[in-house]
Amino acid sequence: MTPAPMADEIGTLKTFFLSAIASATTEAELEAVRVSALGKKGSITALTRALGTLSPEERKTRGAELNTLKNDILAVLDKQKKILSAAAMQERLVNERLDVTLPIRPEAEGRVHPTPQTIEEIVTIFASMGFAVAKGPDIETEYYNFEALNIPSSHPARDMQATFFLPSAEKTNQTVLRTQTSPVQIRTMLHKKPPIRIIAPGRTYRCDYDQTHTPMFHQVEGLVIDEKTNMGHLKGCVMDFLRAFFGIDDLPVRFRPSYFPFTEPSAEVDIGCSRAGGELKLGNYGDWLEIMGCGMVHPNVLKNCGLDPEKHQGFAFGMGIERLAMLKYGIPDLRTFFDADMRWLRHYGFMPFDIPNPALRG
Amino acid sequence: MKFPLSWLKQHLDTDASLDVLCDTLTAIGLEVENVEAPGKKLAPFIVAQIKEAVDHPDSDHLHVCKVDTGSEILQVVCGAPNARAGLKVVLARPGDVMPDTGKALKAGKIRGVESCGMMCAVDELGIGDEHEGIIELGEDAPVGGSFAAYAGYDDPVIEINLTPNRPDCAGVFGIARDLAAAGLGTLKKLDVTPVKGTEPCGIKISLDLPDNNKACPLFVGRVIRNIQNGPSPEWLQKKLRAVGLRPISALVDITNYLTIDCARPLHVFDADKIKGTLWVGEAEGGETLEALNDKTYTLEKGMTVIGDDTGVLSLAGVVGGVGSACDEKTTNVLIEAAYFDPVRTAITGRTLQIPSDARYRFERGVDPLFTQPGAELAAKLVIELCGTADTVVSELEVVGAVAPRTAPIALDLGKCLKHTGLDVSADEQRALLEKLGFTVTAQEQSLSVLPPSWRPDIDNDADLVEEIVRLKGYEHLPVVSLPNAEVVTRLALDEDERRAHTARRALAGRGLMEALTWSFLSASEAEAFGGVNDALRLTNPISVELCVMRPSLLPNLMAAAKRNLDRGLATVRLFEVGPTFHDTMEDGQIPVASALRAGAAPRHWAETARAPDAFDAKADAMAVLEALGVPVGSLQVTTDAPAWYHPGRSGCLRLGPNLLAAFGEIHPQLRENFSSTEVVVGCEVFLANIPATRAKGTARPLLKLETLQPIRRDFAFVLDRAVPADKVIRAAYAADKKLIRAVDIFDVYEGDKIDEGKKSLALSVTIQPQDKTLTDTEIDALAAKIGESVTKATGAVLRK
Repeated sequence: MTPAPMADEIGTLKTFFLSAIASATTEAELEAVRVSALGKKGSITALTRALGTLSPEERKTRGAELNTLKNDILAVLDKQKKILSAAAMQERLVNERLDVTLPIRPEAEGRVHPTPQTIEEIVTIFASMGFAVAKGPDIETEYYNFEALNIPSSHPARDMQATFFLPSAEKTNQTVLRTQTSPVQIRTMLHKKPPIRIIAPGRTYRCDYDQTHTPMFHQVEGLVIDEKTNMGHLKGCVMDFLRAFFGIDDLPVRFRPSYFPFTEPSAEVDIGCSRAGGELKLGNYGDWLEIMGCGMVHPNVLKNCGLDPEKHQGFAFGMGIERLAMLKYGIPDLRTFFDADMRWLRHYGFMPFDIPNPALRG
Repeated sequence: MKFPLSWLKQHLDTDASLDVLCDTLTAIGLEVENVEAPGKKLAPFIVAQIKEAVDHPDSDHLHVCKVDTGSEILQVVCGAPNARAGLKVVLARPGDVMPDTGKALKAGKIRGVESCGMMCAVDELGIGDEHEGIIELGEDAPVGGSFAAYAGYDDPVIEINLTPNRPDCAGVFGIARDLAAAGLGTLKKLDVTPVKGTEPCGIKISLDLPDNNKACPLFVGRVIRNIQNGPSPEWLQKKLRAVGLRPISALVDITNYLTIDCARPLHVFDADKIKGTLWVGEAEGGETLEALNDKTYTLEKGMTVIGDDTGVLSLAGVVGGVGSACDEKTTNVLIEAAYFDPVRTAITGRTLQIPSDARYRFERGVDPLFTQPGAELAAKLVIELCGTADTVVSELEVVGAVAPRTAPIALDLGKCLKHTGLDVSADEQRALLEKLGFTVTAQEQSLSVLPPSWRPDIDNDADLVEEIVRLKGYEHLPVVSLPNAEVVTRLALDEDERRAHTARRALAGRGLMEALTWSFLSASEAEAFGGVNDALRLTNPISVELCVMRPSLLPNLMAAAKRNLDRGLATVRLFEVGPTFHDTMEDGQIPVASALRAGAAPRHWAETARAPDAFDAKADAMAVLEALGVPVGSLQVTTDAPAWYHPGRSGCLRLGPNLLAAFGEIHPQLRENFSSTEVVVGCEVFLANIPATRAKGTARPLLKLETLQPIRRDFAFVLDRAVPADKVIRAAYAADKKLIRAVDIFDVYEGDKIDEGKKSLALSVTIQPQDKTLTDTEIDALAAKIGESVTKATGAVLRK
């Protein structure tokens, strides 16, 4: 920039600075113009400072002129500054480029296993019916696992469940891994007075390993004991649960007579399905699939727990959790549940925030 | 339990279709598991007759046959030695799908001679194993007609899943009886009129058992002399084959037939092989028996056995012995029918692991009153199938007796409604029970009910209620939603369960995958991770890999991690929330949340590659603890982690006296399966050791937001490497607990720019002015105090 003319002609100064502003190509150049005009040593500042030497009348006229000049220059400076700043931003953005197709930084990829997820779904539904969760140990005695459930040692039902044994001092009441969650029924009735409404999910064990059996799996037990719950309530409760769990309002549910030593009458429960084309589909399609066992608690079981069968009555049910999960989520092979294959877990597992909530279920 | 439809109809007069029969069986508790119709795959095959059979011009064993199909004459080349003119055969024609191969038959040339079909052998049709020549049909076989229809293979076989409480339906007759009670036809009566004996039994029978012969209260026997054993007739063989039994000889087949037909196991001894008295008694223990299943058993004391003067002949109600068995030379037999105690039979069968049709029925309880009738049916069949002109039948020797049940069960008329919600009138309740063979006497408000001898499972009024609703049909039971309990304010999950839930979600939220692994593992793994006492070793494990209850979740997670790495995954992040086992008592089962990170450093364009380290494990543990409400700022970190961690790269998190977690790098010795670049770190959070959250209601403490800006000051200290950082942080805090809000370490340096054995720690201290802004002098004074506090506690030198 050429030095500003030191002439005291306001018009000359104005022309000079306007031209200097117009020719500034960067914000820095523009700032230099501002300083030469209005900075501490600027031309206009100098003229303003010189006002003091004038007579009051001259000062008034001259001051007004200088003020107008200053405001004009400031306005143009400001306008030019915006233009240059926009241009500078434009130029900067042209150079700031990311390849946004690059993959993101690795994210947490956690999953909840389908079995605990299914347990939480089951608990959520039963909690809404007033059930609380009860539990018992995995290592049981034959008494809790069998005898108290009306399964004496000679009973053929003992052969139906291949039992894992642990070393025991006595031969009569050996230590076993529980073959079912039913001993929790006994533990609950022994320690809690009716009315009782509990479910008991947990690990169970059978000495079996093939295509459809694993030595460990999960069951959930249900127990309702009061003075008036009957088999109609059992039907209603099981139907309500199954329809809510599978999310199928008109899911057909069939009860047929069966046998469990700890219930009388006993029933197996089937749900409607279709197997057309080798694909299993749940719903009202005419075919049936066995899903669970249940019945009215056997009077001997009530007696074993110190309850009077003439006064107290109720129902119990039990079902396999992996089986429910396989049916609901289309998981084909039971054994894969316990293999901890990360690919399987990513595919069949659940996002951590996917917490069962009846208000959100689709 | 399976049986062909025709066998059922032998006992049940019914017009019901197969579908209705099956639906009814399922509806009354005899669940139909499968209906097999072998006729379907045999449908294409027809009866044909060989008109002419000449030797193949180019073979020494093939025949060229002209075969009459009833509508045409086909040329068939056949290699069977029994192919001859006049023989009626089973013919497969081109296009027919062969049951053995599943493939369609093709016409073709065999050694230059055209062949338009195949004459079939038994195995080719999938109806047996024989392959010696082609099937020879009887003279009565209709040429051109269906082979399946002729041979009775159009008879569907129904298989029911029999529950252990129904021994009465372990026989076809019993199933027919139940169906008749359900209104599906009329039960045909069995002809059990006694066979008249013409001489005494001849073999002395004695019962010698404790408790008034409880193990065998009734034993009947009869000798039949001068018979001829041989193959049983085709009708019997066909029946046995249909239910999966192999025909052996007429005498054996008769006992098998009655077992399936009437649920009445019997035994036929070769009478000439019994020496002296036939006795039923208890084994002394140590005797051996060569059984009919080709195995030899060593008996245990107290097992019920049948023997003679030479020793044990048979295991009562379980399996017979070879020594007294009938064979083709047998001419004199003793037919045995007895009642064996269910419990003892079950124990013997289970102890010796002998599954048998007899044991199956005796241990569930056979009909005691059908012992004599069963023996009569057997005698009739022996005479019919094996009798000769000289056959002599002895009188029936009956030793002992079974007292019939006399105590009735009282059934309150309101019981059914109260327990099932189904209102069945008194008359109908009575009628339903009577249909099932119960003897019912009406009382004022109840029925007095005596179950029939074939229903040992009926014990109390609940059983009677089941019989009523079973016959009525479960579909008639009402459907009533559970009435709401009072407003539920309690939580469905207790604190332990909630902790498991929270730990699971916290770890999944940190990017770990939840695994479920077995509760058991190998003994060596258990040993390496703390060990278990002998009470936790399974006596009958599935394999040595799964033989001990797990003391820690880490070994199974490590095995799972290894499997994943072997599948080609670079990084593994797994966790499990589940039980560990320390003794067999209830409180010996301890819930743990465990996380494991393994693998090499993952590479990414925007991040520096980093393998997992102990701090990842520490972070996992602390994330769980924080999610569970533990004040993580108050945790003490100690360096005494269990032996399965790297001693220098591990630690424990404690809160006062409670050990809450252990974390760190897994001990290198336990990582032998992993490659040297694969670091394995893990943590164990002991959920049960976390102090219970105190119930303080739902409200949180009031939040106080500071209005003044916090100030940050940085410090760098040089100190001995051995001094834990935690000590420095605590000393910094101690300088002014009120004003110092946070102490963060933003750099740690150990290396050659610093004296050996020393390290440098850089701290950022956040100071929060309370009521007024701090002056520079005040801030400088506090900074100096922080420096002094750290120096005093740790010997650290403040770098200027």
